[in-house]
Amino acid sequence: MDRSSNLNLLDEAFGFENQARVSPRVLLIEDCVETSGAFVLHHLIKRALSLDGSGVLLFVALAQPFSHYERILRKLMYNIGGNSKSVEQNVIHSYSMVYRVGGFTFSYPLASELLMVLDVHWSGCNLVTQRDNNRLFFLDMLKLVCPDGDEKHNIEGGLVELYGKIQKTVEVSALSEDSRNCITIMIDDISLMEVAANGSSNHVLDFLHYCYTLTSELGGSLVTLNHEDIYSSTLGPTPILHMEYIADIIIKAEPLATGLATDVHGQLTVVNKGIIVEHGSPRNRIRNFHFKVKENGIEYFYPGSQT
Amino acid sequence: MAATKSSFSRNISSTPLVQNPSLKQGSNGTVFVSSGIPDLDKILGGGFPLGSIVMVMEDAEAPHHMLLLRNFMSQGLVHNQPLFYASPSREPRAFLGTLPSPISSKDNKGLDSDSEQEKGLRIAWQYKKYFGEHQQNFENHKGNKQEYCNDFDLRKPLERQLLSKQRIDCVSTQDSPNLTHFRDRCSTFLAQLRRNDDGVACVGRIAIQSFCAPQCGYSDMEWEVLSFIRSLKSMIQSSNAVAIITFPPSVLSPSFSKRWQHLADTLLSVKAIPDEDKELAKLLTGYQDMIGLLHVHKVARINTQVPVILEATTYSIKLQKRKSLVLERLNQAPVDGSSGSSYAKSASCSGSSKGGSLDF
Repeated sequence: MDRSSNLNLLDEAFGFENQARVSPRVLLIEDCVETSGAFVLHHLIKRALSLDGSGVLLFVALAQPFSHYERILRKLMYNIGGNSKSVEQNVIHSYSMVYRVGGFTFSYPLASELLMVLDVHWSGCNLVTQRDNNRLFFLDMLKLVCPDGDEKHNIEGGLVELYGKIQKTVEVSALSEDSRNCITIMIDDISLMEVAANGSSNHVLDFLHYCYTLTSELGGSLVTLNHEDIYSSTLGPTPILHMEYIADIIIKAEPLATGLATDVHGQLTVVNKGIIVEHGSPRNRIRNFHFKVKENGIEYFYPGSQT
Repeated sequence: MAATKSSFSRNISSTPLVQNPSLKQGSNGTVFVSSGIPDLDKILGGGFPLGSIVMVMEDAEAPHHMLLLRNFMSQGLVHNQPLFYASPSREPRAFLGTLPSPISSKDNKGLDSDSEQEKGLRIAWQYKKYFGEHQQNFENHKGNKQEYCNDFDLRKPLERQLLSKQRIDCVSTQDSPNLTHFRDRCSTFLAQLRRNDDGVACVGRIAIQSFCAPQCGYSDMEWEVLSFIRSLKSMIQSSNAVAIITFPPSVLSPSFSKRWQHLADTLLSVKAIPDEDKELAKLLTGYQDMIGLLHVHKVARINTQVPVILEATTYSIKLQKRKSLVLERLNQAPVDGSSGSSYAKSASCSGSSKGGSLDF
């Protein structure tokens, strides 16, 4: 794992090492009941918000309340450098204690000094601060139910309304700041949007296409999460196939064949459609590696390479 | 059990944020309520977290999910928590009469002394069974007035006065024609349990039995039911309550069954074990005492992204002294009945197999 440049295997697989700015792309995260892929989403939230202070994130939450993401991101942010441990507990709860960071022990004055220095980094991903700074737009859609009435067009109506909200937010933020803003729309998750649309996946796909157009016009990216195993038993064109088609990068989280273990929480398969190899022809690049999810970050490693 | 424990995790016992003995402070700002089965609480790392949905996948052949439901409901009533119960039977209130009663501490002591008698002889291959014993005994002695989790005597019905003491809502899912009515009942029940900043005052429990079973009024409205669960989940997330839903996955299509499972925070399944399975009886110890198997598919992950990796995911459900429910890890039986001869036997086995390979 290349810690010095703050890139890990996942970032490498995304092709983040090539360009400082993220080119317009569509990311699709697929997971299953046994292995949740939500951590990839959290990683991307962190990335989108810490991108040179210019990224704007629009988060459509259908699965979890704000407090859930806020808490997770707060813990993720404490990963300064490679081997620091989670210091969240100390920061929040006890100022009277002796601080131990990364094996060193020092007293309160020194620690508070350190905290002030580090605070710059940390506030970078405090979701509340980001929301106040208009860098994060959090749309709480937990209670979104489109077909409130009985008529068919209500499903469409609900999603059109949601899209209207997104469009407005995106346009406002694109106007107000300078054009180097890169906008990311995240949807967690699509399967729940289908439930909200009462099973009308066509409408959901339309909605996604609209979002896709919006982000590609502005040079932003669209990140969605869906559950692959839901569709595994259905034949024919499933929504996830459509989504895979428009996606530039597909990330699949699966359990190991032998089940979950304490050291390996599962494996990721990243299909990057857009990487150009030396001969000039675009080629799919598939990477496969294992991961271990921790509070302050995720460890990625190739099978067998973990020390 | 959690995958990573940092070296300076906060000492939770020093800051009692939760004074109520029926609640337990968990990590990441979660609060647990007991499932009513001490072993299950231990497996799940404390119990069911507030604001989560627990789903139990039923086995069509055995009503083991009822054991989980009964203990869950009884525990709530013992702790004076309001209860909401929905079942596909015509008369859901009748089910309350079958709830088990907690074992009083006097009986408990008898139980303890029995287990002490057993202590004399321990067999090495079963040592895992005895790991948590000290802790458990300690808990039993400590909790004198109101315990976080009681042992329940499945043969003794709950006292009538407990049933009348607090609010119990019963709904039959058989005769209600649509889900809007059911949803309204749930939201009125949860309205009194809104979550606010000043601590947890009152905790509610929702138990929905055999949801979407064929006898349910709306077994053919798959998307509506999913939408109902989703809205129930969002209501629960903002209130101090836990919902447990049991459902028969076999009547749902595979795709919908997966959708249900994704909606669950904690996912369990129960399985019956066939009565006379000679093969299985040979493989597992204590096969005669087992009444079923419990499988833990998913443990709630609230405010965290780290998955809980359990040491084992399948547990046997046993009835201790025919009255209290215990969960045990599966223990592989030695090759032969008595451990002494099993060595000799396995040795001879490998010997013979070697010989066999030479013959071929």
